[in-house]
Amino acid sequence: MTEYKPIRKVVSGNYAAAYAAKHARVQVVAAYPITPQTSIIEKIAEFIANGEVENLQYVPVESEHSAMAACIGASATGARAFTATSAQGLALMHEMLHWAAGARLPIVMVDVNRAMAPPWSVWDDQTDSLAQRDTGWMQFYAENNQEVYDGVIMAFKVAETVNVPAMIVESAFILSHTYDVVEMIPQELVDEFLPPRKPLYTLTDFDNPISVGALATPNDYYEFRYKLAKAHEEAVKVIKDVGNEFGEMFGRDYSEMIEKEHIDDADFVFMGMGSLMGTVKEAVELLRKEGYKIGYAKVRWFRPFPKEELREIASKVNGIAVLDRNFSFGQEGILFNEAKGVLYSAKSKPVMKNYIVGLGGRDFTVDDVRKIAEDMKKVIEKGEPDVEVDWYHLKR
Amino acid sequence: MGIPENVKKRLSIPADEYFYAGHTACQGCGASLGLRYVLKAYGKKTIFTIPACCSTIIAGAWPYNTLEANLFHTAFETTGAVMGGIEAALKAMGYKVKGEDGVMVVGWAGDGGTADIGLQALSGFLERGHDAVYIMYDNEAYMNTGIQRSGSTPYGAWTTNTPGGKKHFLEKRHKKKVIDIVIAHEVPYAATASIAFPEDFIRKLKKARKIPGPSFIQLFSPCPTGWRSPTDKSIEIARLAVQTAYFPLFEYENGKYKINMPSTKKEPKPIEEFLKYQGRFKYMMKEDIEILQQWVNHEWEKLKKLAEVFG
Amino acid sequence: MAESPFKADIERVQKEYSEKMTPGAIARIPGSSVINKTGSWRVFMPEFNRDKCVRCYLCYIYCPEPAIYLDEENYPVFDYDYCKGCGICANECPVDAIVMVRETK
Repeated sequence: MTEYKPIRKVVSGNYAAAYAAKHARVQVVAAYPITPQTSIIEKIAEFIANGEVENLQYVPVESEHSAMAACIGASATGARAFTATSAQGLALMHEMLHWAAGARLPIVMVDVNRAMAPPWSVWDDQTDSLAQRDTGWMQFYAENNQEVYDGVIMAFKVAETVNVPAMIVESAFILSHTYDVVEMIPQELVDEFLPPRKPLYTLTDFDNPISVGALATPNDYYEFRYKLAKAHEEAVKVIKDVGNEFGEMFGRDYSEMIEKEHIDDADFVFMGMGSLMGTVKEAVELLRKEGYKIGYAKVRWFRPFPKEELREIASKVNGIAVLDRNFSFGQEGILFNEAKGVLYSAKSKPVMKNYIVGLGGRDFTVDDVRKIAEDMKKVIEKGEPDVEVDWYHLKR
Repeated sequence: MGIPENVKKRLSIPADEYFYAGHTACQGCGASLGLRYVLKAYGKKTIFTIPACCSTIIAGAWPYNTLEANLFHTAFETTGAVMGGIEAALKAMGYKVKGEDGVMVVGWAGDGGTADIGLQALSGFLERGHDAVYIMYDNEAYMNTGIQRSGSTPYGAWTTNTPGGKKHFLEKRHKKKVIDIVIAHEVPYAATASIAFPEDFIRKLKKARKIPGPSFIQLFSPCPTGWRSPTDKSIEIARLAVQTAYFPLFEYENGKYKINMPSTKKEPKPIEEFLKYQGRFKYMMKEDIEILQQWVNHEWEKLKKLAEVFG
Repeated sequence: MAESPFKADIERVQKEYSEKMTPGAIARIPGSSVINKTGSWRVFMPEFNRDKCVRCYLCYIYCPEPAIYLDEENYPVFDYDYCKGCGICANECPVDAIVMVRETK
């Protein structure tokens, strides 16, 4: 291996995504503009206009539904396809997300988390991507711009190994438009890490033509679903291997699907996803100096869900404060709901409380983490939460 | 298939067969015949995109395949978009697309999937200028779901959601002119065709292959099941649709109109000729038929003028 | 009488066909529909009068299955394994060399 010398660039989360797509040598990008996703696609278009990329076809489609449909066509043909969207656009794609997964196409998409309307909002909120939970896509939540970049490159490798599409999720504005230092990987090393795609099938073998996605009767459909379920199971192992390989080559280890710290001596941990975990990590270090026995568990991969890793964390702590920047109406925070489900069969069940935070871009600060820590302390002392779901920011 | 060499030369359509028997189209299906002709014209080096429509079934449920060509089954409204993605991928991967020896990217969609739910993706496909051919096989209703009206259903036609009853028939709207919407995109090549005139259809398919950019062909293909017509009359009805100028055959090439059939020199046959075998029109009274005739006359005059001015 | 051109295809399909379920629901055998003998749908069957036939091939051209092929002497042969009995061939025959008769099975 050539010696790894990172190229440091100060870029937004969106530019990090665009550079990652470029370094992954994507062949087809089909996309439709939506705030706050636009600068990803603008940057890619700029790469083409400046002649910085070769053999990249950019399809400026007329809707997100068509963006995903065009990526599906391109990926089925055998190309490496990429797109990006946000909120309403992702919701419009919904039907085709199922299609991409069912046809087993390793498309990679960046979703910029944005709140669903109405009321209109362009700010951070995870409900858009979590509402796509059951489409068969893998989902990776990035904490910072570096993870956006690394996530896109790793996602192609994972997706193309198990033939399942993957979504890299970043926060509106907090990441998408905020500049930070990102260590980029020289092209030849990305090439070494991520070789050209070897498709499960293509539409270009004209001597042995195939049909893809035909009607399956009740006698067959069930088995195709099972295969997709098994692919997600396999992905758990692949994600760890790829994350480990990435760490060995580039120094940033992603072998954990849940990044965790201070679990062994923590009374309780904060659990959440995405950029808000950056705030939590900083607050945890501060609060520990003040005597709080706390830690954190940052869920990187929501699909496939890291069940074993969560059960292991649960076996070591007395409580989990689940921070959800999302909500499932008629139920509770989505991560909270998932975590409870996973822990039902666990031997040790910590006390859990759900804090609904930051919806629609509401600020979530170190001070908020402190307040939640104080509250959580009481919950643990009492052995049960006062309320299971706490709309923490509510103006009372 | 089973055509002696000496006979092949005399046939007016290609003898090569890439559409196989054993498919599950209804008896007398126009769409299956149309698909057979497309495969004859383009052969194996073709990638089909087929959305939800009768052809989803005709092309075969897994693990069967009626076609000897690559086929991607897709969602109802996405034909144009998927074709665009396939074409872009082929170019990114270094394939020659369209032209005499290039890969043919073909969309094969019904009238519902084209005139209604797929219209947006079609418009995007046309406007972006992909090198591909979109064929709308027009059987004038959603046949695969059980004969519901589409934008392409004509005035007076019975369908299951615009039935005829003791007092009224519900289909009071004239047929949507999808070909006119396509031409409004200033595409390099657009044409109408009919399964009753395979030589004309195949000639148009071959022309579409040669002309760079997006091409569109609207193929008139009767559906005995949905039209309540005898299965043996499919070709005759398609022929009468042309002869009555209900569905005239014409081409739009580089901004110029050319009428192929019927003759512009003499009066087309009266519309009753087209209606006569079809049970779907049985609720129309004399004055209703007159309304349809007036529409046909108006559209025919319009087309003749266009061919005159932009011929 | 000439042999059905699909006979070889059936053998090919039977040889290659297996219940192997490739992820993505891929059908790998082109033309595998020939395994379905749609001739069983037929109520009326085309009866061919060779003496009347002028070998214009319209029946071959217009068959939607296709279930009509041509023999060495350029006469149409009806593949009753697949003919659904729609009657288009009889309707389009310009010399009434094909008539549809109720089939007795």
